[in-house]
Amino acid sequence: MNEIATTESSSEDSHIAWYLRGVRRCFSIPGLVLVSAFIGFAGLAREAGLTLPQTVFMTGVVWALPAQVVLIGAVLAGNSLFAAAFAVALSSVRLAPMVVALTPEMRSKKTRPWVLYALSHFVAVTSWVLAMASFRNVPREMRTAYYTGLGSTLVFVNMGVVTVVFLLAERLPPPITAALFFLTPIYFLTSLWGSARERAGHVAMVLGLACGPVFHILVPGFDLLAAGVLAGLVAYLWHRMRRKREAVG
Amino acid sequence: MSFDTFDVWWWPYLFILLAGWLATDAWRYLGVYLGGMMSETSDILVLVRCVATALVAAVIANLVVFPSGALADAPLVLRVGAAIAGFAAYLLCRKQILAGIIVAEAVLLSGLYVFG
Repeated sequence: MNEIATTESSSEDSHIAWYLRGVRRCFSIPGLVLVSAFIGFAGLAREAGLTLPQTVFMTGVVWALPAQVVLIGAVLAGNSLFAAAFAVALSSVRLAPMVVALTPEMRSKKTRPWVLYALSHFVAVTSWVLAMASFRNVPREMRTAYYTGLGSTLVFVNMGVVTVVFLLAERLPPPITAALFFLTPIYFLTSLWGSARERAGHVAMVLGLACGPVFHILVPGFDLLAAGVLAGLVAYLWHRMRRKREAVG
Repeated sequence: MSFDTFDVWWWPYLFILLAGWLATDAWRYLGVYLGGMMSETSDILVLVRCVATALVAAVIANLVVFPSGALADAPLVLRVGAAIAGFAAYLLCRKQILAGIIVAEAVLLSGLYVFG
């Protein structure tokens, strides 16, 4: 890539150039899919009774769609602040290992720690997948600039998407509204399967899908927590047993 | 102390900050702090990922089986059928999320027009 060679000559220019390349990377299929998921989320939040500013605020400060969907679920169920925070925290544990994986690739000797802490806010499935795939072609010193462009653009574009959908949703015919609500589960059904690192992730997903509705009837209020812990634990035990069998056999 | 407890304009925002922002960014900051210190393949992270995945899966299933609003007007069989069709399309099209979304929405919408 001769682009890299030319941008390395002047440092100031190239930071902006790489920032803009990060911005451009958003306008891709994964970016489009994320927009469709946020269209669904805006419909969900609106139906849950949140106002437009509240929904846009939530999108900006939380910036993790599963966490936002769980938070809306907790609001709908009338959960307490503690129960809601606990469920959201449990649904977002995955962010820690994602950041652990991304940070060493983004860091150069000159990178100040606060930059990494600030940029970590943009880490969610889509920006993470895009960054992990693109960093190979980005010079190490330019990766923070690149990720700033990529991450911040995804956040701002989707805050705009949420606003537009919120204002339009009132005038849509019911089948279209139903189709909007359907975007969120389908987006996660597919992206969750694709993001699994090991076979146990697929087992956890299938068990979680089955446990969710069952526990919704059996233990309303604790359904997500119970389904997550039980299905996750069973999947993990399956993982351990399989590994032991591999070690023996 | 739920989302609707206090009838002041700032309470929902404080609720979102504490239950939403704090509960997510705490993990991100922890990730930066631990960055490089922990192995991605460590066994405890497998358990952590399994619980997180199952929790999100439970949310998805509940959104399909017990939906609110306009989606609730679609029969259960249609919702589950559309989700399965979308997932099958996703697997058949070499894990293209867009293919899954298009097929699932096509099945749902044509079902709504046929039965509705």
